[in-house]
Amino acid sequence: MYQFDYHRAQTVAEAAELLAANDENTLLAGGQTLIPTLKQRLAMPAKLIDIGNIADLNFIKAEGDAITIGAATKHADVAASPDVAKHLPALAHLAAHIGDPAVRNRGTIGGSLANNDPAADYPAAALGLDAKIHTNKRLIDADPYFTGMFETALEDDEIITEVTFPHPEKAAYVKFPNPASRYAMVGVFVAKTPIDIRVAVTGAGANGVFRVKEMEDALSSNWSPDAVTGIKVPEDDLLSDLHGAADYRSHLISVMAGRAVAATM
Amino acid sequence: MSTTGIGQAVRRKEDKRFITGAGRYTDDLNRPGQTYAYFLRSPHAHAKINGIDLTEAVAAPGVVSIFTGSDVAADGLGGLICGWTVHSKDGSEMKAGAHPILAEDTVRYVGDHVAMVVAETYAQAKSAAELIVVDYNVLDAAADVGTAQDGSAPQVHAEAPSNTCFDWELGNKPETLAALKNAAHIVKLDLTNNRLIPNAMEPRAAIADYDSGTDEYTLWTTSQNPHVARLVLSAFVGVAPEHKLRVIAPDVGGGFGSKIFIYAEETACTWASAKIKRPIKWTAERSESFLSDAHGRDHVSHAELAVAEDGTFLGLHVQTKANLGAYLSTFASSVPTYLYGTLLSGQYALPAVYVEVDGVFTHTAPVDAYRGAGRPEATYLIERIVETAARELAFDPAELRRKNFIRTFPHQTPVIMNYDIGDYDACLDKALALVDYDGFPARKAEAESRGKKRGIGFSTYIEACGLAPSAAVGSLGAGVGLWESAEVQVAPTGKIEVFTGAHSHGQGHETTFAQLVCERIGVPIDDVEIIHGDTGRVQFGMGTYGSRSGSVGMSALAHALDKIEAKAKKIAAHLMEADAGDIELKDGVFTVAGTDKELAWAELALGAYTAHGFPTSEIEPGLKENAFYDPLNFTFPSGCHICEVEIDPDTGVTQIANFVAVDDFGVIVNPMIVEGQVQGGIAQGIGQALFEAAHYDETGQLITGSFMDYCMPRADDLPDFDLGFTQTDCPSNPMGMKGCGEAGAIASPPAVINAITDALGVRDIKMPATPARVWAALAAPSPSSD
Repeated sequence: MYQFDYHRAQTVAEAAELLAANDENTLLAGGQTLIPTLKQRLAMPAKLIDIGNIADLNFIKAEGDAITIGAATKHADVAASPDVAKHLPALAHLAAHIGDPAVRNRGTIGGSLANNDPAADYPAAALGLDAKIHTNKRLIDADPYFTGMFETALEDDEIITEVTFPHPEKAAYVKFPNPASRYAMVGVFVAKTPIDIRVAVTGAGANGVFRVKEMEDALSSNWSPDAVTGIKVPEDDLLSDLHGAADYRSHLISVMAGRAVAATM
Repeated sequence: MSTTGIGQAVRRKEDKRFITGAGRYTDDLNRPGQTYAYFLRSPHAHAKINGIDLTEAVAAPGVVSIFTGSDVAADGLGGLICGWTVHSKDGSEMKAGAHPILAEDTVRYVGDHVAMVVAETYAQAKSAAELIVVDYNVLDAAADVGTAQDGSAPQVHAEAPSNTCFDWELGNKPETLAALKNAAHIVKLDLTNNRLIPNAMEPRAAIADYDSGTDEYTLWTTSQNPHVARLVLSAFVGVAPEHKLRVIAPDVGGGFGSKIFIYAEETACTWASAKIKRPIKWTAERSESFLSDAHGRDHVSHAELAVAEDGTFLGLHVQTKANLGAYLSTFASSVPTYLYGTLLSGQYALPAVYVEVDGVFTHTAPVDAYRGAGRPEATYLIERIVETAARELAFDPAELRRKNFIRTFPHQTPVIMNYDIGDYDACLDKALALVDYDGFPARKAEAESRGKKRGIGFSTYIEACGLAPSAAVGSLGAGVGLWESAEVQVAPTGKIEVFTGAHSHGQGHETTFAQLVCERIGVPIDDVEIIHGDTGRVQFGMGTYGSRSGSVGMSALAHALDKIEAKAKKIAAHLMEADAGDIELKDGVFTVAGTDKELAWAELALGAYTAHGFPTSEIEPGLKENAFYDPLNFTFPSGCHICEVEIDPDTGVTQIANFVAVDDFGVIVNPMIVEGQVQGGIAQGIGQALFEAAHYDETGQLITGSFMDYCMPRADDLPDFDLGFTQTDCPSNPMGMKGCGEAGAIASPPAVINAITDALGVRDIKMPATPARVWAALAAPSPSSD
């Protein structure tokens, strides 16, 4: 780890000001990606701005037909929330299966979405549920938010403050973990919301999380596993590595999509 | 009967400090004035070093000194050694280049040591290393054992043409080739034994402290054999005279073989501590462990088994390319030769075996002994080809094995080993009963109804432990025989200290060795202390590996206890005015036959030191004895492991549905510890079969350099294992023990892969049988997978 300054921000405004002050400053939320990166000397920030303790970012609110989760809310808190369990059990299940207990008790939803690791779980839920990502500047829809592997629509000095999920009629997330890292090698989130039907895939895309339009259309006319298990995502846009070539990942997307749909029935 | 004697499941004495966080590992220790070392490692698999510019680095904050290969050479230090000379078919000695402590003009693997930076803090040392400018001329690398001998492959050492360290052979060639020519059936199999990274929980570490007043060096390090480390560092590397070097291996958190070897890091720290006249501490980061701990396995083999019409095995021919990595590690040459080829007869009465092994250099980390060391590779090969034979020739796999079992002992194999005892039918019978073999078809059908493919696989293994009879291994090229020593020191209060050259890094010696003392003397186990891992306290030792500590280390202790008992009886005879021949020792009390005289152990001990009651001209005062034990033969643990798997055809995921292991380890000192050893070994074997693999790319970069990509087995990957034991006492050592530390890792991989290939109906699947590979095998139309 290289030397850096540490600043614990009390408010989002304070954090935003510090973030804008120097290109080399970086936000620290749960640190589950950043701290290992620092330990490996792969990053050299001037200042870490810790937003993990800002009260305004730590909450889970069920209001009307939506659940809003503060950006610094830990995975373990989402997993244990009665409101999430009641209205969005698929999200509680997803949060309960991120990483290991240590990760779940430090990692945050905002950190996960801001980092947009191509194998992270939360991006599948955000895209699959058409979540609204609130920042200190604006509101971003999930579709335009995810712009590529480790890339998002966030500007350099923009901070996620909260994420709003609608109550779906049906939703489920099923992942096939990478045997070594246990990150998602393929994770599929399926949801039927009052507005539309969505299938979002994480872990497999060469450009990060993505939707499978063909599966969404098929489910619109027939909400059953059989509707999706025969649909193959083209291998061209999929990741290929030591643990699974693109053809295997394509196959797993169909299988996991079928299992996710089955889990909603 | 003693509740802490032989055969009792005594809870481990050492666990109190381990589970309360009070263990003392090398990194827990600190010395006054300590500095920290960081090793700058090669990022290239193969490069010439045109120059190293230290200008900026030596001026960096906190830097005490920076050492490179030229400093080591200037001091005339020797390189690291390999302790076993293997000969090629033409009689010539193996060919190897030097193994410098710090690279001189060439780096030969990613992780090779380029410079040692010593600074006031570790972070400063690491930061200074970033300022070192190394002018590399990057060269092509030979990273793959299968192609490294090709004429066009880059050369690792000029001394070893075609990257061939040796082409070794063993066995009866003419008989084997004749058997293959004339047999009714020839079963052929090409196999890969995947490369593994040891991943001991505690990374390697060292603290070296030079005392300029006495000219003495002390090295605390993560070693399985501190006396061997001292011998190599003094006699071969020349760091310090042996009597001026003390090596201490305190608590060590696992080794699996990787801490047998003498590495560059502790050598450099010891040498440099005298240069700077301050202690130097180094602890590997996990990434360094991946790159620089000696790896294991990595064989590519072709095997042919000649089988008669009735299923009788007639001959086995094996050709293996064994990866040695870039340099010969301490025992690297012996592992794919004398610890491998000698076991290729398995449990079978094979009249002819011929094995050819090419030891191959590659631009990868050195490869050496890893839990099982050669025997897992042998067992994998023979148990895979026997199972394949059963399928191809339509025999029941259990019955084909049974048909070929050795049943008369001693049995001389065609490959050196003389099996002393065993009962292979007993293990097989017990395992078949435990697994409910007759019920398998029903279980398979039931799995099929759930959409799962169920398969069953066998492994009836034999291995050789008790390393090693000096006369035998000496004639085979070993630089040193592997005896063990023990010293028993009885204090005037009757408390007993045992000094053993064996080293416990997870095995539980502090308990099991104490159990032997309890059994023999009858004192409470808390009155016995087992001291190990310190050349300053223990006279000599060869350390712990090859499941040798019971059969060799405890045998030495048994002999030392014989001497203690003999002397104690003499003293007791004088104190009780009786004849020494009439003295009996039982449960800590000496009695005189036919009388009611008795003397407690503590009274005897006090009497030995307050020598008023016996003539010191006939008996020396004191009660302290030592013994060296050199084994008569190897020991031959054997057994039968049976694995059942269920495969999800949708994902390729393999679940171990049932795992039965029946082992014959001879006498068992502590069944709880033995079960733990078997379970750990099976977990590692399943790790090799399903999860673990070290991958280098074609440029020699390690792709699996962290736990993100190197897959370790987790608890939830493994079922409860169904363990059973049979017992034939080993006739060649006083303990009757055979050894249990590696059997699980040796026996289980072929059982797992045989079960998977059975479930899939394929001839082979490469280890690790990952979900992706299993799925590909299911999807492929051909009878074999990648």
